Amino acid sequence: MDRLVLLHRHRLVVERHAVTTYPEECCGVLMGRPLGDGGGTLVERLRPVDNERQESRGNRYLMHPETVLAAEKEARKLGLDVVGYYHSHPDHPSRPSEFDREHAWPGISYLIVSVQGGEVADARSWRLRDDRESFEEEQIVDQVPAPAGHRAAAARTQARTVAKSKEERQP
Amino acid sequence: MSVTVQIPTPLRRFTGDSGEVVVEGDTVDAALADLMRRHPKLQPHLLGDDGKVRSFVNVFVNDDNIRYAEGGATRVASGDTVSIIPSIAGGAGGEDRA
Repeated sequence: MDRLVLLHRHRLVVERHAVTTYPEECCGVLMGRPLGDGGGTLVERLRPVDNERQESRGNRYLMHPETVLAAEKEARKLGLDVVGYYHSHPDHPSRPSEFDREHAWPGISYLIVSVQGGEVADARSWRLRDDRESFEEEQIVDQVPAPAGHRAAAARTQARTVAKSKEERQP
Repeated sequence: MSVTVQIPTPLRRFTGDSGEVVVEGDTVDAALADLMRRHPKLQPHLLGDDGKVRSFVNVFVNDDNIRYAEGGATRVASGDTVSIIPSIAGGAGGEDRA
């Protein structure tokens, strides 16, 4: 199973976007990079965008190609790739629809947030199979940063390890 | 007529990880046909069952969307860059709502 590694604060931004646009769909761009060695994909930057559909916004969303192009350029400037997109399903499960499948490409993540009655029900992420027949679910890894005290301790440990390693290399 | 086609990141797995492919053709349709001859696995993701470019797949010649030019008949010149850019669309199931 593929993995989408999402910082907890990014997950909160997506969920807030989905709630504030309810009962209409929201959408946005996930920028990041592959982690390699089967580690999945790390999302490093989010770009919420307006739903550019003019009608049926309760069950449809659209990003014009010019918007996608601008997001791709922004990602490249940051040394990242567009690794996926998110959207919401108001009062509908977080499972991709047939309409989603017809408009998807393999190789990227489609994160879907289900909003029921104005509150987030759940979020699931999907990747289209190469044969376009169906989506496969990927695991969402909700990455919560370590508390500041732990980060400082980890940095001190790392500094000690580097210093020791330098000492060991001395003739 | 050699033009460079920029391959979007998710589709590079079908071009041997190449981000750019040089193809021959004097129109967008001809350039895309040559691209799919060279990399046949791209075809189902660019064309629908009817053989037409999928509705969410957009083609730009340099910075211009061919939808506002002559579509697939838009002419390309040597050195032009053709970019394949998706519209991102989808949503919960069911028919369009009023």
